[in-house]
Amino acid sequence: MEHEITLVVNGTARRVRVPSRRLLSDCLRHDLGLTGTHVGCEHGVCGCCTVLLEGQPIRSCLTFAVTVDGAEITTVEGLAPGAGLLSPVQRAFAECHGLQCGFCTPGFLCTVTALLRDNPAPTEEDVLEGISGNLCRCTGYQNIVKAVHRAAELLAEET
Amino acid sequence: MTTRLFGEPVQRREDPRLLTGQGRYLDDLGRDALAAAFVRSPHAHARIRDIDVAAALDVEGLVAVYTWEDLPERVGRALPLLIPHPALTHGRTAYPLAREVVRHVGEPVVMVVAADRYAAEDACALIEVDYEVLKPVVGLEEAVQGAQLVHEDVPGNIGAHLVQEVPAADGRGAREAIEASPHTLAFRLDIERSASMPLEGRGVYARWDGRDLRVYSSTQTSTSVRMAVAAALGLPLPQVEVIAPDVGGGFGVKIVHPWPEEVLVPWAAMTLGREIKWAEDRREHFISSAHERGQVQYVRVGFDDDGRVLGMDVTILHDHGAYTPYGIIVPIVTSTQLLGPYKPGSYRVEFTAVYTNTVQVTPYRGAGRPQGVFCMERTMDKIARYLGKDRTEVREVNFIRPDEFPYDQGMTFQDGRPLIYDSGDYPEMLRMIKELIGWDSFERRPGRGIGIGCYVEGTGVGPYEGGHVQITSDGRVHVSTGLTSQGQGHETAFAQIAATELGVPIERVSVVTGDTRRFGYAVGTFASRAAVVSGNAIALACRKVREKALRIAAEALEANPADLDIADGLVHVAGSPSASIPLSTVAVLANPLRYAFDEETAKATQFSGAASPDRPPIAEGEEPGLEGRDYYSPIRSTFAAGMHAAIVETDPDTAEIKVVRYAVVHDCGRLINPMIVEGQIHGGVAQGIGGALYERMVYDQHGQLVNASFMDFLMPYATEIPHVETGHLETPSPLNPLGIKGAGEAGVIPVSAVIASAIEDAEGFEIDRMPISPSELFDLRIARTR
Repeated sequence: MEHEITLVVNGTARRVRVPSRRLLSDCLRHDLGLTGTHVGCEHGVCGCCTVLLEGQPIRSCLTFAVTVDGAEITTVEGLAPGAGLLSPVQRAFAECHGLQCGFCTPGFLCTVTALLRDNPAPTEEDVLEGISGNLCRCTGYQNIVKAVHRAAELLAEET
Repeated sequence: MTTRLFGEPVQRREDPRLLTGQGRYLDDLGRDALAAAFVRSPHAHARIRDIDVAAALDVEGLVAVYTWEDLPERVGRALPLLIPHPALTHGRTAYPLAREVVRHVGEPVVMVVAADRYAAEDACALIEVDYEVLKPVVGLEEAVQGAQLVHEDVPGNIGAHLVQEVPAADGRGAREAIEASPHTLAFRLDIERSASMPLEGRGVYARWDGRDLRVYSSTQTSTSVRMAVAAALGLPLPQVEVIAPDVGGGFGVKIVHPWPEEVLVPWAAMTLGREIKWAEDRREHFISSAHERGQVQYVRVGFDDDGRVLGMDVTILHDHGAYTPYGIIVPIVTSTQLLGPYKPGSYRVEFTAVYTNTVQVTPYRGAGRPQGVFCMERTMDKIARYLGKDRTEVREVNFIRPDEFPYDQGMTFQDGRPLIYDSGDYPEMLRMIKELIGWDSFERRPGRGIGIGCYVEGTGVGPYEGGHVQITSDGRVHVSTGLTSQGQGHETAFAQIAATELGVPIERVSVVTGDTRRFGYAVGTFASRAAVVSGNAIALACRKVREKALRIAAEALEANPADLDIADGLVHVAGSPSASIPLSTVAVLANPLRYAFDEETAKATQFSGAASPDRPPIAEGEEPGLEGRDYYSPIRSTFAAGMHAAIVETDPDTAEIKVVRYAVVHDCGRLINPMIVEGQIHGGVAQGIGGALYERMVYDQHGQLVNASFMDFLMPYATEIPHVETGHLETPSPLNPLGIKGAGEAGVIPVSAVIASAIEDAEGFEIDRMPISPSELFDLRIARTR
């Protein structure tokens, strides 16, 4: 069975027809062409597919698109303030070499964006806890942790 | 602005794209392509009696179903054995789709093409394969008994057997030298299976336009995929192009080629005249790609009162899984790199590589070195323990000294060339790591131990790589090389090399890797070779272009080329900055034109007066354009080295193992970008800690991989990885123009050895098996008190 749903993705309302079983990750990637959201395991462990649903990080690979009809979704494509610009979290990842192959990165960026919004000055433990639902096979996490702290500094400078 | 960027921690040029969701990974391409999916064997060993596809035919969106019998003869042939070796007497490879027999769970049996992946998987679920289940061979010891055979025509399941021996100076063999030694030890070591496990699986997307085939693959070698695909499909090479787009990690598994899917997807695209894409899912990656590690080692060593090794005899059982497409590179690397920074008086190593009904074993970051280093470093610790000496003291007496380079280990390395170390300073490195971790001041107590591990890594193996550099009339520099990238930051490191060599701002340099349209000759990215081999090739190509630019500029400036320099994209007379000409103009002059398309190119047209009418516009021996191509083909590998040390704490009740500190001293010759090198080390250490404490492939007796998901195969999160402290030593390689050695695999190599060393120190009993879980440590404690 197919459903006509509306997703407000990165501020733009998008109407799309999806079968009931269409995963949100597949809908974003293949129906809407927003391929920045990646799929690493399709069983909710790696965190690559993390997007923000009404501001909260969720696994888009464990979510049926039809269940979030009408919701606001932010993907990695919507984190920067404008074309050619980077958000403080994105800038911090670049500055601290917090990514290598970049496949897990969109999930980390979404997770960290929400983390720092809720906790602008996280301790080391808060950071480790905050990103402990995202796998990275390249960086060994050290520079990701550094990037989160740096992003907190950049955000503080901006406000 | 400085253009001396070599050695600077330049921020990565690939990041803006990857941080904003603009990367283009395999499954991000081909939005309108048909999807392929595979029916894979649920049995470890079985004969296929019948395949019934009837029920699948009604699935809406189904386009095609293929079994092995549907493939043309050429396409259906066994996949190539990529690296033949005389010792691999019984090499065996799989068919693209199973032919009669399946030999591991996950082997592809039927290919389905449908409108999308959902429909393709629906059809797969309805296909019924009737199997006659055969008894599987699981585990190394069962395999060598040879009671059951993985391949009917491979007796004893033995694919390869190789002995290498380096006799003592007096000509005695290692076994004899050991017998004559004052002290001897004998023991067994075990390392279990793990896997590369990149977060992006493999994937293939193919387009056929009726004449030309374009294949995108998430591969570590696009040029070799191209040749393999052209051969399998019977296409002339110039009609096939292969592109590695952004690749979400490789770590070795993606060097294997052609995968069944790399043959089948392009073939189906040609057959159906449609674009087709297949993206591997996680379970497929676990059961149908490749694993590594997995060895049993029997060691006998003889040594003197100082701990000096007089003879070492190692017998290795190596598990190859069901097939040997990548030959016996992994056990060869184990056998040779086991020697590390040491010079044993004599050495004998023998390995037997056996088949089992499990996923094939091919290189995973480290590629046999972690096993070899585990063996040697456990040996050093055991000697120290036996003699009551400090573990670093025993290592030090066995080191090759700095004045002994080049040092010939007397063996044949994985590239078929002599194992000759080019440079290094192991005593200094030991001093540095001891200082970094605080070895001499460490306060040992029950449940708190310190460990150390040393390694030497042959990097930058040949045969060659090439570089092409073109400066266009807008002053931009376009660099390409044939090998591929999976997160190593090549677009940055290679741009640093080009910017430095050419004297241009890095913003004007762009780098393309892994695209056969841009560069057709290459080997691939593996063995920590990209920076060494492509880096030097690009430097050499830049030097050619620089020379040409100076020659043309000299003519325009009426100066001597020897008096010219390039800085910030301007060729100028040394000491006279006003007499200069931009590289953009030099590029224009390098290409005499009939037609102009802008103001700049008008300068090179035939009535512009730029060229002398007395000679041909292109002089003899010259070519149009400001571009150059060159290759770097190393005489042999260059040898990086490192030493790691760790402090661990073990819980007295739960036996939980916590890495409290982790220190690395690393020598990869001259650093192109220290930030990137450190990142490589961090990532390698994290994979090493995964392999030491968490990751293993668990097969049951039926050959089922029972932990084929991220819920059960435990890759470390940020919470499991300690902060890594690093120190660098730079002993330049004398073998290549840039003096560099490879760094990609370094971090992972000694970690299991280091962690075992530290746990042993904390617990007071020997650790001979990795990985080690809390429950295994707990059991060892219990066994010891009995």
